[in-house]
Amino acid sequence: MLTQSDVERIAHLARLHIDERESKVFSDSLSQILALIEEMNAVDTSNIEPMAHPQDVGLRLRKDAVTETDRRTEFQEIAPATENGLYVVPKVVE
Amino acid sequence: MKWETVIGLEVHTQLLTASKIFSGASTMYGSEPNTQACAVDIGLPGVLPVMNVEAARMAIKFGLAIGAEINRHSVFARKNYFYPDLPKGYQISQYELPIVYNGKVEIDVDGLTKIISITRAHLEEDAGKSLHEDFHGLSGIDFNRAGTPLLEIVSEPDMRSAAEAVVYLKKLHELVRYLEICDGNMQEGSFRCDANVSVRPEGQETFGTRTELKNINSFKFVEKAIEFEIERQIDVLESGGAVVLETRLYDPDKNETRPMRSKEEAHDYRYFPDPDLPPLELDEAFIEAVRQTLPELPDAKRARFKRDYKLSDYDAGVLTATAAMADYYEDAVRKSKSDPKLVANWTIGDLSAYLNKENLSIEDSAVSSTMFSGLMKKINDGTLSVKTGKQVLEMLWKGQGADATDESTAAESVIIKFDLAQISDRTKIEQVIDKVLAASEAQVQQYRNGQEKVFGYFVGQVMKATGGKANPKQVNEILKKKLND
Repeated sequence: MLTQSDVERIAHLARLHIDERESKVFSDSLSQILALIEEMNAVDTSNIEPMAHPQDVGLRLRKDAVTETDRRTEFQEIAPATENGLYVVPKVVE
Repeated sequence: MKWETVIGLEVHTQLLTASKIFSGASTMYGSEPNTQACAVDIGLPGVLPVMNVEAARMAIKFGLAIGAEINRHSVFARKNYFYPDLPKGYQISQYELPIVYNGKVEIDVDGLTKIISITRAHLEEDAGKSLHEDFHGLSGIDFNRAGTPLLEIVSEPDMRSAAEAVVYLKKLHELVRYLEICDGNMQEGSFRCDANVSVRPEGQETFGTRTELKNINSFKFVEKAIEFEIERQIDVLESGGAVVLETRLYDPDKNETRPMRSKEEAHDYRYFPDPDLPPLELDEAFIEAVRQTLPELPDAKRARFKRDYKLSDYDAGVLTATAAMADYYEDAVRKSKSDPKLVANWTIGDLSAYLNKENLSIEDSAVSSTMFSGLMKKINDGTLSVKTGKQVLEMLWKGQGADATDESTAAESVIIKFDLAQISDRTKIEQVIDKVLAASEAQVQQYRNGQEKVFGYFVGQVMKATGGKANPKQVNEILKKKLND
């Protein structure tokens, strides 16, 4: 069960703004999903190897070579604010 | 009450790949901001990460070097947190199944060998860099570093003092450079360290509450920051307070640690396997191929230097501090066919003094190992004395001898050009000694009356007369003979 304050905490960690009505809706629907997972937990999986990925494939590896070119100008056209080639954001407090 | 310190280190090493761990952007340091941050690195929608094979090889190389287990099946996970230098809102890292686990590193502390266990070493991507200056209340972000491969090396809480932590860190630093998987440049941030520090009453089994120290990016600061933090925690506990589990930032200017506000709530990372990246499966052939690339490791090299060249712990330690230094030394010994101890003394002494003075590493030495070997040969066979040897080294350092037909004869050509060869011609030395004795009747009388320390005076006069070139052994021998006759 997820409480409304759980949902608010998760939303905050992800920097999502949700109001009180939404936190109620999300806590209900997310709790239903968790309940479904609980139901699945009842299945005996002791003989099944856990998978980290839904497909049974291994990672493809690429050669260590520089293939990208500088596209800063293009990328920064869609940024809200830039200065001297840097992306500018509200101050980060250390 | 007596307190015991408990320290574990997390070391981030930037791997020396040409391109990033999940994209084809360059990892070169110091380029114009954001010119090496591609669509994958800045997390534009629709992009997919593709793993760099070299990052995997380097991680395995490290694992093999510390006798660790290599996971045949390791998994990339998303570590979720919100910070402006992390464009995707998560860092691709490894959580439950890291590529390397259960290794160990041996360190020497006060003559005793201690084993530091390595819990794990996992692959992850570096974040971008926030710049806080000159942005009128805003932060500027450079994503060039974002996506640079990191190997995070996590130790067990096995260290018991700041000094031990530094020895361990130096050992790791040496190892990753030997393996050529990291350049070890702490100033540029390619080798970074966080320390988990706690104290507990001596004899207590359970650990005290720890704090995590960040921003300690030099060996000196590691020691100072940990020492400060130990004192702080003891003060808190002795005045009846409790240590708070938190991340603290070290401030080298004030030599203090303080809580990092930004990380207060960051400890809930909500890890889960990254759906973009299937597990990394490694087969035996791949791992075996990496094993073939392992160089001789520092400890083995040190032991061999002590055994084969009959060097002291200290000499062997200095000469194997970097692989380049060791190669230089061995090349000079081999080519000069000289006494290894003699070559060691000159390498550690005079040559290193020149390198230090100009802040050069041995790779950039103005005197190559071949030129150096020519010099060693001439000292070893008695052509040069210590004094004239130093003169020749200085001249070689300043570019004299560059006109020699090849580097191995550069020292010889300087010796001939400046007439520096030692005088070992017995008749010549006898002539000079006769002259000196004839001109120093009073001193000769003193010596014969038992004032033996006057002997040094005669040696000095002979050296002066020969410009320091007379073979000192012969001078001593002939002088004694003549004075005692």
